[in-house]
Amino acid sequence: MTVALEKPEKSGTAAPVAPVRSPRTVGRRPLLIAAILVLWLALFALLRGKQTLSLAAADLTDLHRWFNDVNDSIGANRDTNPLFLYFFNEIRLVIDTLVTFVRELISQPSDARPLPQIGWLGVVGIAGYVSWAFGNWRVALLAVAGFTFFGLQGLWQESMDTLALTLSSVLVALLFAIPLGVWAGLSDRFHRIMTPFLDFMQTMPTFVYLAPLTLFFLIGGASATIATVIYAAPPAIRITAHAIRSVPETTVEAAESLGATRRQALVKVLLPMSKRTVVMGVNQSIMAALAMVTIAALIDAPGLGKTVVQALQSLDVGTAFNAGLSIVVMAIVLDRVTTAASVRAESARRSQSRLAAWRRPLLGAGAAVTAVLVYLSHTFVWAAEFPGEGGPGSSVASAADSATTWVQDHLSGVTNAFRDVLTNGLLNPFQSLLTDSPWWLVGVVLIALGAVLGGLRAGITTAVCVGLLVGTGMWSDAMTTLASTVFATVLVMLLGVVFGVWMGRSTLVDRVLRPTLDAAQVMPPFVYLVPFLALFGATRFTAIVAAVVYAAPVAIKIIADGVRNVPAATVEAATSAGCDTWQIITKVQLPMARSALTLATNQGLIYVLSMVVVGGLVGAGALGYDVVAGFSQGQLYGKGLAAGLAIVLLGVMFDRITQAAARRSSA
Amino acid sequence: MARQAKHWRTAAVGVAVLGLTLTACGGAKVGDSSSGSGGGADGSGKCGTFNLAVNPWVGYEADAAVVAYVAENDLHCKVTKKDLKEEIAWQGFGTGEVDAVLENWGHDDLKKKYITGQKTAVEAGPTGNKGIIGWYVPPWLAKAHPDITDWNNLNKYAANFKTSESGGKGQLLDGDPSYVTNDEALVKNLKLDFKVVYAGSETALIQAYRKAEKNKEWVIGYFYEPQWFLSEVPLVKVNLPAYKTGCDADAEKIACDYPVYTLDKIVSAKFAKSGSPAYDLVKKFNWTNDDQNVVAKYIAVDKMTPEAAAKKWVEANRAKVDAWIK
Repeated sequence: MTVALEKPEKSGTAAPVAPVRSPRTVGRRPLLIAAILVLWLALFALLRGKQTLSLAAADLTDLHRWFNDVNDSIGANRDTNPLFLYFFNEIRLVIDTLVTFVRELISQPSDARPLPQIGWLGVVGIAGYVSWAFGNWRVALLAVAGFTFFGLQGLWQESMDTLALTLSSVLVALLFAIPLGVWAGLSDRFHRIMTPFLDFMQTMPTFVYLAPLTLFFLIGGASATIATVIYAAPPAIRITAHAIRSVPETTVEAAESLGATRRQALVKVLLPMSKRTVVMGVNQSIMAALAMVTIAALIDAPGLGKTVVQALQSLDVGTAFNAGLSIVVMAIVLDRVTTAASVRAESARRSQSRLAAWRRPLLGAGAAVTAVLVYLSHTFVWAAEFPGEGGPGSSVASAADSATTWVQDHLSGVTNAFRDVLTNGLLNPFQSLLTDSPWWLVGVVLIALGAVLGGLRAGITTAVCVGLLVGTGMWSDAMTTLASTVFATVLVMLLGVVFGVWMGRSTLVDRVLRPTLDAAQVMPPFVYLVPFLALFGATRFTAIVAAVVYAAPVAIKIIADGVRNVPAATVEAATSAGCDTWQIITKVQLPMARSALTLATNQGLIYVLSMVVVGGLVGAGALGYDVVAGFSQGQLYGKGLAAGLAIVLLGVMFDRITQAAARRSSA
Repeated sequence: MARQAKHWRTAAVGVAVLGLTLTACGGAKVGDSSSGSGGGADGSGKCGTFNLAVNPWVGYEADAAVVAYVAENDLHCKVTKKDLKEEIAWQGFGTGEVDAVLENWGHDDLKKKYITGQKTAVEAGPTGNKGIIGWYVPPWLAKAHPDITDWNNLNKYAANFKTSESGGKGQLLDGDPSYVTNDEALVKNLKLDFKVVYAGSETALIQAYRKAEKNKEWVIGYFYEPQWFLSEVPLVKVNLPAYKTGCDADAEKIACDYPVYTLDKIVSAKFAKSGSPAYDLVKKFNWTNDDQNVVAKYIAVDKMTPEAAAKKWVEANRAKVDAWIK
C-alpha cells in the first residue's frame, strides 16, 4: 500500500517539447523492441519448459534456511543480548510511553479513570480549533463534521485509537525525517546514498517485517508504531530534501554574499523558504501512516484496522465498509487540513490588512472556547462518551451490505465471463511465456529491453536485478507476479488515459471525480476484497482488479495534470487549424503530455506492485502468497523474506527503466 | 471591520454562555459510581491481568470470548485480548506478552521450538474440540453426484473442476497459508488430475464455497471443522484413503487422509507457575465442537459482539462453566 511519491524533479520541470525528430531515430527503437520480442517467441517455442527454476510451495533453498536460522537465533537470545537490553528495549520503552500517553489522552481509559482524559466534545473542539488556526474556517468545519461522523458511526473509540497511533507515528517519523531530509537536501552524496534505502523502505512489503518487528519490539503499540514509522518516513524525507533543493540558488548566494554563515543560511533562508513544501511532506507521511492501519492490526495495533480485519474473517462487508469509511474520512480531513496549512502563510499575506488585526483576539477566544469544551469533556460523562448507539453507522453498514449482495447476485455471471476471456486470452499466454521460458532467456530479454528503453545504465541495473532475483530462489514466482503486474499496469494506463484526458479537458469532470479517486486510494483494500471475491472468485484476476482500483487513481491524476498543462495557445492553434476533438487529443494533448504518461506508468507500476501481497490473500499466489505464508508459518519465514526482496527487486527494475525512458523521451 | 468585531463579540458571549449553562446543569461526572462505565477495576482481586491471544478465525474467537467472559465476571481478572497470528502469539510466550493460546492445531514445529527448545511454553491439555481437516464439496454437488465423496471417483470429475487458474487440470482450492496442509503431496501420490490453487485466505475460501452452493458451481477444496460456516452451508467431506498411525510420517509420500486433531491449549511457562485463577480456568476449559459452533454462529452469522455471544452461551450452560471454575 505504498504512497510512493512522484519524483517531482523529473516530471514537472522538463516541459515537453513537441517531438521534432528525424523519422529514422523515431523508427529505430520500436523496431529493436519488436526484434527482441520475435526472437523471444521463437526461442520460447524451442525451449519451452526447460530451466524454469520453479520451486514448490513448501520447498526451501539454502538462503531461505539461513534467514530462518538468523530469525530463530535472534528470538532465542533476546533476553541475554546486550543489544536488546540496552538498545531495542530502550527504544521500545520510549515509544511505548509516547503511544500510551496519547491513547490515554483521547482513546483509552487510564488507571484511575474509566474514560480517556479528553472526551469526544473536547477532541472535536480541538480538531476544529487547530484546523482553523493553521488552515481556515472551511477546513475547520470539515474537521468538526468529520470527527462527529466517527461518533455517529459508533466508532468513536476505534477512530481515536487510530488517530493516536497515526499521530504518534507521524511525530516519531518527522523527528527523523526532517533532519535527514535537510541533510539530503544539502548534500548530493548523502542524497544518493539515501535514495536506495528509501526505495527499499517503501517497496518492501510490510508483511515481511511485521513478524521480525514483534521479535525486536514485542507485541503491541510500540511495534505497530515502528512499523508505521518505517513506512511513513520516506515520503517526508524525500519531500523535505526536494523542498531544500528547490530553493533558488541565487537566494542562497545572496544570503551568503551578505555574510551569512552556512548555519544562518540554513536557518534563516532555506528552512523558512521551504516550509510550505515540508508541510506537504507531513501530509504525505500522514497518508502513508493511515494506509498502514489495517496491516498493523495484524500485530494487534488498536483501532479501525482491527474492526476491518475482524469483519473480513466473517465476510461481514457492511462492518468492514463502515470502519473503512471512517479511515477514508479521517484521511480526507487530515489531508485537507494539512494542505490548507501549507498554503496558509501565502493566503494570509494576500488578505493581510483586513483580517490580521482581528486574528489574535479571535485566536484567543477560540482557545478559550476549546478549553471549556476540553474541561467539559474531561468532567461530564455526556461530553466524554459519544451519545447514541451509532445508529447511522449501522444503516451505512446495512446499505453497503445490500448493495454488495445485489451486485454479487446480478453481476457475477458477466464478471466471470469477462474474467475468463481476459485470463485465458491474454494473461495465461503471457504468463506462460514468462514462466515457461528458460530463466536465462527471460533474463536476457529483460536486460535488452531495459537497455533499449532506458539506455546503458538502465540495462546494467536490470542485469543486476535479474541476477539477484535468481539468487533469491524465487525466479518462477517472480515471473508469475511480473506477468500479473504488467497486465494490471496496462489496465491502469488504459483507465488513466481515458479518465485522465477527460478530467484534464473538463474542470467539472475533475471536480466530480477527484473525491472518488481520493477515496479509492485511501479505502483499505481489505474492505473490497470480499465483494471482489464474489465477483471474480479466488483468482489472479481478482488480485489484478484490486490492484487496478488502488493504482488507477494515481495514474489518472498525473495524466489529468499533464493534459491540463498543455499550453492553451497550442490547443487553440490546433483548433483554428481545423482539428476535431479526437485529433486534438491524439495529435496534440497526449504527445505533449508524454512525460506525464511515463511518470504515470512508473507510479502505476509501483502502486500495483505494492498490492502484490494483498493479491496473495485472494488467490494470486506467487510472491504475494509467499510473503503471507512467511508471516504465518515459522519454517517459511526465510522464504517470505526472499519473496519480499524479490518484490523490491522487481520494483527497482521497473522504476529505473521507466525513469530512464522518461528522461530519454523528454530529452 | 464591523462584521469582524461582531463575530468576536458573539464568540465571547458564546464562551460565557456555554461555560455557565453547561457547568451549571452539569450531568453525571466521569468517575462517579453512578456513571456506570468501567467498574471492573474494583472487583479485581488476586487474578490480575490475563493476556489472551486471539488467533484469526471465528472458532478461536468463540473460545476466547467465553474464557474471557468467565475470567472477567467470575474470577474478576482484567483480560487483555491480543489479536495475533499463531506464530506471533507463540513468540509472545517468551516475552511475557501472551499468557495463553486456546486453540492449537497440531503445530509440532512451534511446540518443538517453544516448548522443548526455548522452554517458554507448556501444554495445558485439550480443549475438547476435535479438529477435522479434509477435502470438502458444497452440498448440492454431493447430492447431485453422491459418488464424488469417494476419492477414487475424483479423476472422473476432474474436468468439471477446471478453472482459469488450474492450467487445464481440476482445481483443488487451498486456503490460508497458516493451515496445516499436505494437499500437494496428496494430489501427486494419489495420482489425481488436479492442481492445488492457493486462495490465500480463509475469507477467499469461504466466499468460494458460499458462491458455489448458491450458483451450483463445481468447487472442491480444503476445509475444516469446527467452523461456523458449516452452520450456514453444511459442506460434505470427501473420503480420502483412511488415516493410519504413521502414514503421514514422510511428508513427501503422504497418501492418506488427515488425522483427527486433538485441539489443545498452550500457556506460557510463567503463567503456569503464577498461581493465577485464570490459569486454572484455562486448564479446565473444555467443551465440544457443537458448543463452539453455537458461539461462533452468534458472532459470525448473528453479528453479536463476542461479549454478548459469550454471555448468552454462559447463561445457558451454567453447569459446564461452573465445572471450569470450581
